[in-house]
Amino acid sequence: MRIGVITFPGSLDDVDAARAVRLAGGEPVSLWHADDHLEDVDAVVLPGGFSYGDYLRAGAIAARAPLMHSVVAKARSGLPVLGICNGFQVLCEAGLLPGALTRNGHLHFRNRDQALRVERADTAWTGSYTAGQRIVVPVKNGEGRYVAAPADLDRLEEEGRVVVRYVEGNPNGSLRDIAGVTSADGRIVGLMPHPEHAVEDLTGPSTDGLGFFTSVLTAVVAA
Amino acid sequence: MRVPRVVVDVVLKPEISDPQGQAVLGALGRLGHGSVRSVRQGKHFVLEVDGTPDRDELQQIAETLLANPVIEDVELHLPGA
Repeated sequence: MRIGVITFPGSLDDVDAARAVRLAGGEPVSLWHADDHLEDVDAVVLPGGFSYGDYLRAGAIAARAPLMHSVVAKARSGLPVLGICNGFQVLCEAGLLPGALTRNGHLHFRNRDQALRVERADTAWTGSYTAGQRIVVPVKNGEGRYVAAPADLDRLEEEGRVVVRYVEGNPNGSLRDIAGVTSADGRIVGLMPHPEHAVEDLTGPSTDGLGFFTSVLTAVVAA
Repeated sequence: MRVPRVVVDVVLKPEISDPQGQAVLGALGRLGHGSVRSVRQGKHFVLEVDGTPDRDELQQIAETLLANPVIEDVELHLPGA
């Protein structure tokens, strides 16, 4: 199972994401933002970091990188895509996920272990969890406040597109405690917290994050 | 000959909260400028364009890259307009 991990200039967590893929039992494939065509991969991870220095808006330039044209096209026809932190910002800027990520309400960079509730356990990236499960993974962002128009938020809730929600404290002022959302088909997921930093006891607060990477292996086989 | 300049102002939509603007407002209060009632922070782009600026193309540039229409509005200022 080949899982691509895209490196943009300024990506920081691409190596950790690739390691998480390997620990889950997948084969990580390094992808470069400036390539025109997407290699033969079964899914794609957009890692955290500060692509293009967060110039213009976080994720805005990366969303228009050459490789993203193929990623967007294939994601629209069902390729599983996971965006973590900056990767989530890229997916929103690319129009693959609704809403936007803005400066944290309190203006501080927030870096801590964060409890989340998994709201949807039937997406391509969360099938290894159970709905309502509490997990703890690191969160670290300065522009992680999820916003959308009230009507759009209502629609997302009605359609069950909130995948994970902050519990026991909202780290950035995200509306309705939204930490991650999914596409209508459940194949594309974006979240601000970092499951790839919670895959080993030695380095993470838990191994709760590994489920994102094991989920997609099953989802690809089932598809 | 002067190259035509187009100015694009990008502002947060009124319903999107602006914590940076609120921080500026707080600092102004501490500096004694209590008469300032609100601050909204935005971005200001100056584009130099070859030939006659095309309003439709510039609107597209503004809405597809310079601004994120989910949270921001744009104001185009063309020369002579």
